[in-house]
Amino acid sequence: MVLMDKTAKRHRWDTKFAPYGYVAPYFLIFGVFGLFPLLYTIWVSLQDRNLLESEAATFVWFANYVKLMADPYFWNAMGNTLSLWLLTTVPQILFALFIAQLLNRKVRTRTLFRMGVILPNITSVAAVTIIFAQLFGRDFGLVNWVLDLFGAGQIDWQAGTASSHIAIAVMVVWRWTGYHALIFLASMQAISPTLYEAATLDGASGRQQFWRITVPLLRPQIIFTTIIATTGNMRLLAEPLLFNPGAAAATGGSDRQFQTAALYLYEQGFTKYDFGYSSSIAVVLAIATVIVAGLGYLVTKRIRTE
Amino acid sequence: MRPKALVLGCAALATAVVLSGCGSDTASGGKTKLTIGLFGNFGYAELLKEYAAAHPDVEISDRTASYSDHHKNLAAHLATSSGAADIEAVDTGYINQFKATPDKFVDLNTKGGDQLKDRWLPWKWEGSLSKEGKQIGYGTDIGGLAICYRRDLLQNAGLPADRDQVAALWPTWQDFMAAGKKFQEKAPEGVKWFDGGPTVLNAIVGQASVGYYDKSDKIVVGDNKEIKAGWDLVVDGVQSGLSSKLLYSTPVWNTGFKQGQFATVTCPAWQMAKIKDQAGPEAAGKWDVTSVPGGGGNWGGSYLTVPKSGKNIDKAVELAAWLTAPEQQAKVFKSAGLLPSAPKLYEDPSIVDYKNPYFNDAPIGKLFTDAAKKLNPQYQGPKAGDIQTAIGNAMQRVEQGKQNGDESWNQFVGDVQK
Repeated sequence: MVLMDKTAKRHRWDTKFAPYGYVAPYFLIFGVFGLFPLLYTIWVSLQDRNLLESEAATFVWFANYVKLMADPYFWNAMGNTLSLWLLTTVPQILFALFIAQLLNRKVRTRTLFRMGVILPNITSVAAVTIIFAQLFGRDFGLVNWVLDLFGAGQIDWQAGTASSHIAIAVMVVWRWTGYHALIFLASMQAISPTLYEAATLDGASGRQQFWRITVPLLRPQIIFTTIIATTGNMRLLAEPLLFNPGAAAATGGSDRQFQTAALYLYEQGFTKYDFGYSSSIAVVLAIATVIVAGLGYLVTKRIRTE
Repeated sequence: MRPKALVLGCAALATAVVLSGCGSDTASGGKTKLTIGLFGNFGYAELLKEYAAAHPDVEISDRTASYSDHHKNLAAHLATSSGAADIEAVDTGYINQFKATPDKFVDLNTKGGDQLKDRWLPWKWEGSLSKEGKQIGYGTDIGGLAICYRRDLLQNAGLPADRDQVAALWPTWQDFMAAGKKFQEKAPEGVKWFDGGPTVLNAIVGQASVGYYDKSDKIVVGDNKEIKAGWDLVVDGVQSGLSSKLLYSTPVWNTGFKQGQFATVTCPAWQMAKIKDQAGPEAAGKWDVTSVPGGGGNWGGSYLTVPKSGKNIDKAVELAAWLTAPEQQAKVFKSAGLLPSAPKLYEDPSIVDYKNPYFNDAPIGKLFTDAAKKLNPQYQGPKAGDIQTAIGNAMQRVEQGKQNGDESWNQFVGDVQK
């Protein structure tokens, strides 16, 4: 009797607390690597703090944010960020849908193609950017050489706002389209073929089937990839930084024409050593990312499902 | 059985961790491992081997990054007190920023540095001395100025190629631009007079009596007539089509050397090593060196610092002192062309009579020791490196046709005074 009682008690204790034990590792890791840096950044953003002299930091409450809101270079960087977000996210998802559609057919060596589209994603971003920067070179770049063949003349890609944004967007789209395409492909294969058979019987064309059946049924995946792409593309750093190598890399062009918000954060933190100001940019950028991701969600949610 | 295996496994794992933990600090055989963080080309490869051979208890590994990456990484490593090498090189453009926080570095005066003081030019010694009198770095080289030029390109355009005659073409920067206009009339397609506006402008700024700052660390570049006149002159040169519009120390600039896109480049002594690296052996003898327009001036030059976070401070200080001793500076001058900051070498015949075979046997010993003696050191303020970047951006805006000279100048002045 006594023994039974004890095991029952232990059993109850076990079912009550053990689940917390099982999930604890996640929360521990999230706390150390997720929550703590976030809160620490907010704390630093309320200080006037030099990167090299953390002991001499003084608490200034919201002074960094007040300065930030009146800083034209910050708004320039936010404008560039939004422009690059649009130029990267929309083509990425459209191309990914298209590629997924192609890969969903019965083609020979399709596993090879499916593996192939992920290749750009697993290459090193630094190496890719350096190569793309050479392709977009002014005097000896491959892109200008091809344009020259068609008599389009030479473009100084780094110099212009539009041209530099296009060049950077090409790098990002090239890198991420395959990743999104695989996500779409996986869900396309889960769509029941009977739907397409019925549509074919009703006389729907391939294009109609794609827009009326495939895309609506992919809605959850499109929402997911939009949000993932947004969080990535709102904090582009390596591409604009390495697109313009040299001492002035952090300014993103001679007139900051392709300086993203993340790059402005880097410039303030690591060339001007203004760690407090840099942290306030990080916080505002995080909030902006949530807002833009929310907008992306609202837009993609409107894809009709009936 | 199972718990026992687990315990054994843990013990094995723990031992491995402990062993590898010990192994990371000292190399095999009880050697002290020293790391040295550099940028560009310091010409230290042979010297480090020589030092390691003479000190069997020391093992040295060097790592080299690009100019801006090196200094940004160093700042990040100092901020977190981890990751910095035992010895870190710092350029003139950044030394003031770092000496503002001298406690991040070993005060070399407490390690016998004050007794070595007379090795260096007085202004070089003061360049890395903090306001409190702490010495954070030993000087390596200085950036005495000259002009490197392509003999063949000048000759083909009907200009003289002999270095004395070339020097006679340009006593002043105005003459330099005038010669450029003559060159450009006969220059082949795609070849320009100079590499880029920012490079030329940096030399002119380096020659000015007052630079970006006055001695009270106030930014005065906005009212600096000498620099503004230089700016206007370079803008005129750019708008007359004399510039290849390449920013120095970038991959496209390096390609410019290979492709022979420009006939002249401003040559602080350290530039010679870069030219040799970039233009390669096939351009040997094509390049030559001659004196710079205007007066003496300085651009760049570096220091070796010892961050306090290092584990082998005493050995690191010893190595830094050895690398910057006059004997070693002399060797570096001969191998890489870096101009010594040790004045006793300026009278040393082995230096003064030295000729560089790559640069058509140019008497660089005489040329640069003269430049060093003429050099009137300019006061460098805390963020001189940042301002140099900003003025380079400003000149690029003109080269890219985004703004005219005055618009760009005004934006630059507004930026740096913020």
